[in-house]
Amino acid sequence: MATTFEAVAEIIADTSDIPLEEITPEKNAFTDLGIDSLDFLDIAFAIDKHFGIKIPLEQWTEELNENNADVDEYFVLSKLCARIDEIIAAKDT
Amino acid sequence: MLLEYFQMIDAVEELDPDNGKIVARADVPMESPVFEGHFPGSPLVPGVLLIETMAQASGFMLLSRLKFEKMPFLANVTSAKLRTFVEPGAVLRIEAQLEHDGSGFAASRARILCDGKKICDSKLMFRIMPFPNDALKDNMLDRFSQISRSPAE
Repeated sequence: MATTFEAVAEIIADTSDIPLEEITPEKNAFTDLGIDSLDFLDIAFAIDKHFGIKIPLEQWTEELNENNADVDEYFVLSKLCARIDEIIAAKDT
Repeated sequence: MLLEYFQMIDAVEELDPDNGKIVARADVPMESPVFEGHFPGSPLVPGVLLIETMAQASGFMLLSRLKFEKMPFLANVTSAKLRTFVEPGAVLRIEAQLEHDGSGFAASRARILCDGKKICDSKLMFRIMPFPNDALKDNMLDRFSQISRSPAE
């Protein structure tokens, strides 16, 4: 069974035409991989469907816009995957 | 339909916001300034306006789900297929179904039929955002009220 990172990396590669080997855990989806907010909607959609969750994109965006958070906290892939794992765990409890 | 004013939906015939479903009707006018250019001597509803029609039907379904507290803006059109021509006088049935209710976005599948025949279909994605001003919100509420009214009222 694929890890969360492997699944997310495949989703990014499929939706953004970024070679899979360039997608590594320490990369920031926006600043390193060049994904824009519209592409990220496709990625969020695919992540939601793949994991059966609803990632709180709206809340994260509000926190970023209000300067209450660093973009790396949400969109470095290792941290994004950790948050996805937390959401899955919360859903299953 | 008032093509030149982007008023694409004439009536909401079925609406189930909880299940993300809408069926709407659009009556293509016999005359429109749009037909003067598209195309001279051979009037056809532009394909982009058929996509807009599917987007508006999806949009009214989403507005109902959101209780008009936020506005869906079309962000992505995928797999759009324009299968046949639509001429003046056609009566269109627009069906849209919510595919995913995400955080700050939503996705739908929509199609248009005419006389039971599929005219076009597409997957659509919307950003869900605050209304930029009260005027737009009021306009959406007014328009929805107009198209939701049954002919008997």
